[in-house]
Amino acid sequence: MDGIHDMGGMHGFGKVEPEKNEPVFHAAWEGRCLALNRAMGAIGAWTIDEGRAGIEALPPDVYLASSYYGKWALRLHNMVIARGLAGADELAAGHALRDAKPLSRKLTAADVPGMLTRGSFGRPAPAPARFAVGDCVRAKNIHPATHTRLPRYARGHVGIVEAVRGCHVFPDSTAVGGGENPQWLYTVVFDARELFGEAADPTLKVSIEAFEPYLESAQS
Amino acid sequence: MAHEHDDDGHHHGSELSEMQLRVRALETVLAEKGYVDPAALDLMIEAYETKIGPHNGARVVAKAWHDPAFKQTLIADATKAVQTLGLISRVGDHLIAVENTPKLHNMIVCTLCSCYPWEVLGLPPVWYKSAPYRSRAVNDPRGVLTDFGVTLPADTQIRVWDSTAETRFIVLPMRPAGTEGWSEEKLATLVTRDCMIGTGLPKLASEVA
Repeated sequence: MDGIHDMGGMHGFGKVEPEKNEPVFHAAWEGRCLALNRAMGAIGAWTIDEGRAGIEALPPDVYLASSYYGKWALRLHNMVIARGLAGADELAAGHALRDAKPLSRKLTAADVPGMLTRGSFGRPAPAPARFAVGDCVRAKNIHPATHTRLPRYARGHVGIVEAVRGCHVFPDSTAVGGGENPQWLYTVVFDARELFGEAADPTLKVSIEAFEPYLESAQS
Repeated sequence: MAHEHDDDGHHHGSELSEMQLRVRALETVLAEKGYVDPAALDLMIEAYETKIGPHNGARVVAKAWHDPAFKQTLIADATKAVQTLGLISRVGDHLIAVENTPKLHNMIVCTLCSCYPWEVLGLPPVWYKSAPYRSRAVNDPRGVLTDFGVTLPADTQIRVWDSTAETRFIVLPMRPAGTEGWSEEKLATLVTRDCMIGTGLPKLASEVA
């Protein structure tokens, strides 16, 4: 999706403003919001990619105007309604008005230690890797209207495969309920001048983690 | 005059009250429906506030500075290497450590969202998730470094890693001069969060000695 979330290389957002001695959360609701989102993911209400797509589905003006956990709260609100897990009337009332739609499980305190480890997204390879380290590849000029992890600034540009990272769940597929559809993942490194033109910093290289369907051969 | 107060006793803008109410409604409804147990949420928040943070990454970096064999394993397979430290949270798959050298400086970003190595650095700071960082890290990393008060030599090569998949990155910074013979514990006090993201450098020996 060519959305506002795809910010790499954009101008006009100003300086980075680090906060000294920043707290983990700036208000109690931020922690509750993070934990609620993680909990619903952990019980299988949606995948990590569906969750990211839920953030990207926020209107651009809302995306830009909302704080980070503000976006998470809106995403959670929208997704529990979309999945039929709670009604808009219940969230407005602040109480359940109907019985729950059954989910496979409930998240309890006993689950928390295990949740603090990231899930594994590596999967057995359905086919050999198409590219090898050192190959010259072009990021395809594609513009899917749904979730993708190929940033706009890389599309159409030529880079080198620097590493083969194994075969992983394909976000473009899981985000639309299409199953895991595992794909090979590569670190592809680009010269900044290839990405941003001759005026770019000549000392700079940028890499993306690119799934095989994002790439085509550019070997001469 | 009436003041609105949040759970922390501070008062903030209107987003706070709106979001505070929205999140409270979500928690109440989802708990009443039986999807989540508020006690589990408490534990998660406690873990991120007290146990999982950049002190974990600092241990990894200090050990790599102190123990060449560990450093070798870390660069070859950071997930495996970090697992051996027995940190509070096990590390998920595909952690990758990238090493700074006198000729090369690494910086980590997630231009599309906020991907960050939670297990070793904790939750990302606000600036990491902000539009200025996500937009500029890939096309103007030296400008970003200036915002952090860091200037690198003009001929240092810069490598920016955009975390666009489930691989996660941590920068292994250069060991500061004048720290020969330091213990791992003392070395860890030099390691800042930002130097493991690549927007900062480790403290100087004179700053902690």
